[in-house]
Amino acid sequence: MKILVAIKRVVDYNVRVQVKPDGSGVATDGVKMSINPFDEIAIEEALRIKEQGKADEVVVVTIGSNDSQQQLRTAMAMGADRAILVESAGPVQPLQAAQVLLKVIEDEQPGLVITGKQAIDDDNNQTPQMLATLWNRPQATFASKVEFVGDNQLQVTREVDAGLETIQVELPAVVSTDLRLNEPRFVKLPDIMKAKKKPLDVKTMGDVLPDAQGVAIEVIQHESPQPRQKGVMVESVDELIEILKDKGLVS
Amino acid sequence: MSKVLILAEHNGSQINQSTAKVLTAAKQLNADAIDVVLFAGDAALASQVASLNGVNAVKFVQCADNHDQLAASIAPTVAELGKDYTHVWGPSTTFGKDVMPRVAALLGVNQVSDVMEVIDATTFKRPIYAGNAIITVKTDTAQIVATVRTASFAAEKAMDGSAAINESNLENAASHTTYVSLSSGNSDRPDLQTASKVISGGRGVGSEENFKIVYDLADKIGAATGASRAAVDAGYVPNDMQVGQTGKIIAPDLYMCFGISGAIQHLTGIKDAGTIVAINKDADAPIFEVADVGLVGDLFKIIPEMMEKL
Ligand SMILES: Cc1cc2nc3c(=O)[nH]c(=O)nc-3n(C[C@H](O)[C@H](O)[C@H](O)COP(=O)(O)OP(=O)(O)OC[C@H]3O[C@@H](n4cnc5c(N)ncnc54)[C@H](O)[C@@H]3O)c2cc1C
Ligand SMILES: Nc1ncnc2c1ncn2[C@@H]1O[C@H](COP(=O)(O)O)[C@@H](O)[C@H]1O
Repeated sequence: MKILVAIKRVVDYNVRVQVKPDGSGVATDGVKMSINPFDEIAIEEALRIKEQGKADEVVVVTIGSNDSQQQLRTAMAMGADRAILVESAGPVQPLQAAQVLLKVIEDEQPGLVITGKQAIDDDNNQTPQMLATLWNRPQATFASKVEFVGDNQLQVTREVDAGLETIQVELPAVVSTDLRLNEPRFVKLPDIMKAKKKPLDVKTMGDVLPDAQGVAIEVIQHESPQPRQKGVMVESVDELIEILKDKGLVS
Repeated sequence: MSKVLILAEHNGSQINQSTAKVLTAAKQLNADAIDVVLFAGDAALASQVASLNGVNAVKFVQCADNHDQLAASIAPTVAELGKDYTHVWGPSTTFGKDVMPRVAALLGVNQVSDVMEVIDATTFKRPIYAGNAIITVKTDTAQIVATVRTASFAAEKAMDGSAAINESNLENAASHTTYVSLSSGNSDRPDLQTASKVISGGRGVGSEENFKIVYDLADKIGAATGASRAAVDAGYVPNDMQVGQTGKIIAPDLYMCFGISGAIQHLTGIKDAGTIVAINKDADAPIFEVADVGLVGDLFKIIPEMMEKL
């Protein structure tokens, strides 16, 4: 079985992004870029499934700028076998991303697709659900545990508001990862060298998806969030309790 | 003019408050009608929805065998009904996040995730980058599919409605997906997402046993309990207590946290809280930059003292 992992290049999660003064976007020049953290977890899960002998190939795919090759190389240094870049000039919204991923699925015929649950730039949390819909296959979102039941079913534990939900899905399926699914491995230097020789196939948006459906949502303006009012520091529990009582928050 | 269809959420016996919050947001669209679609086994839930002020009709779709929770089973019906509406909205809870993008894909549109402000029927504000930037977006597709950031809207409280209830049965339930079980870290404390007071602990609490003092303080003041991701990852508390970008986004009147450093991913979950109180032994912890009231000190001394004095 082949596993396809969808990853996205995003501003590193440690960077505190700033809105540009003219409101046209967020400043990304010279900012550290990384694999979306949820997608790193998706790669790790695919590699572990392969290491258990349940899969024989892990293919990573991204839709993005040419610079995304860096993130694909990192994924291959982690252990992915090959990579596909679908090069796009501008940002791609989830419905279009899902349509491109579907085309890649039609070519690659994976038995399992693993994605992150959300890309931490736009925080959309849509692409995997849309992909599963267009592909007409099951989805198991927000996964914190993935177990095979026989060869063609997965039992997936999902992190939901009420706790942990378990569902069973037939393969092929789309799984989206939550943070507690695993801890991604560190990349070792020799692996970075090896990854340079692994195949990275570059295609263009126009070739892969000449007939994209659906319109993009227009982004009119970016702004910084309202800052909270400056607070006070107190020296003692007595002072703290007094403030809480004054505000009627405790009796 | 606008016509809104809202996807209701429930736990089998109670309608989730997120439904009333989406209703509040939907009312700001100045719609001609707001209908609610409910997938459930129990007709009593339909009556609960029908009594919410402002609901015109309830489309009650009866489901057996927990299909009411499965996105693949219910999304086709929501999308099919949705064709008669201009807006198809759900809550930005794990349930809504699972289902609504499927509905959007079936309707051929991108989804507006996490609506935090309604500017007009086609223009909305939503957070990106864990709330570090807010964008204004516009979309005028035949159907606008969106999830509503529940912490941004107060729940509709008036229960004086008497909406008509139309019953049907779920067709085409997904055969490739089966619900197995739900395990919740259930407690008798107030629900984290709707509580007016929340007490949270982080990695600084140090262990599952130590969390007892956090629970004791919460019980003393009638608060719900929350936690940082680090506390959940370390196994001190169950996952449903996590607050933040990937946990729960909450807006209590009082949020009091102990031993939490204040990472941006945590702060995004509490920025709508009324009063944030932080207790941390490190005076430089970033949590103090957003706290309304800060106290530098050891939580193992401060909590017992608060227990005594409250
Ligand atoms: C994609 C992504 C999503 C994330 N989502 C979330 C999320 O939803 N929610 C979330 O919380 N995090 C999230 N995180 C993790 C986040 O970045 C931080 O790692 C996490 O919030 C840290 O938790 P903490 O403050 O408990 O631990 P730490 O940062 O380790 O802080 C512990 C604090 O306790 C204090 N302390 C220690 N002992 C005591 C004592 N005796 N008395 C008083 N204070 C004490 C210390 O001074 C320190 O400030 C996410 C990370 C990523 C990458
Ligand atoms: N441009 C993209 N290229 C590849 N995968 C993507 C892209 N955008 C989103 N994804 C995948 O979909 C997941 C959810 O993204 P989103 O719906 O944008 O929050 C991500 O974690 C990725 O796995």
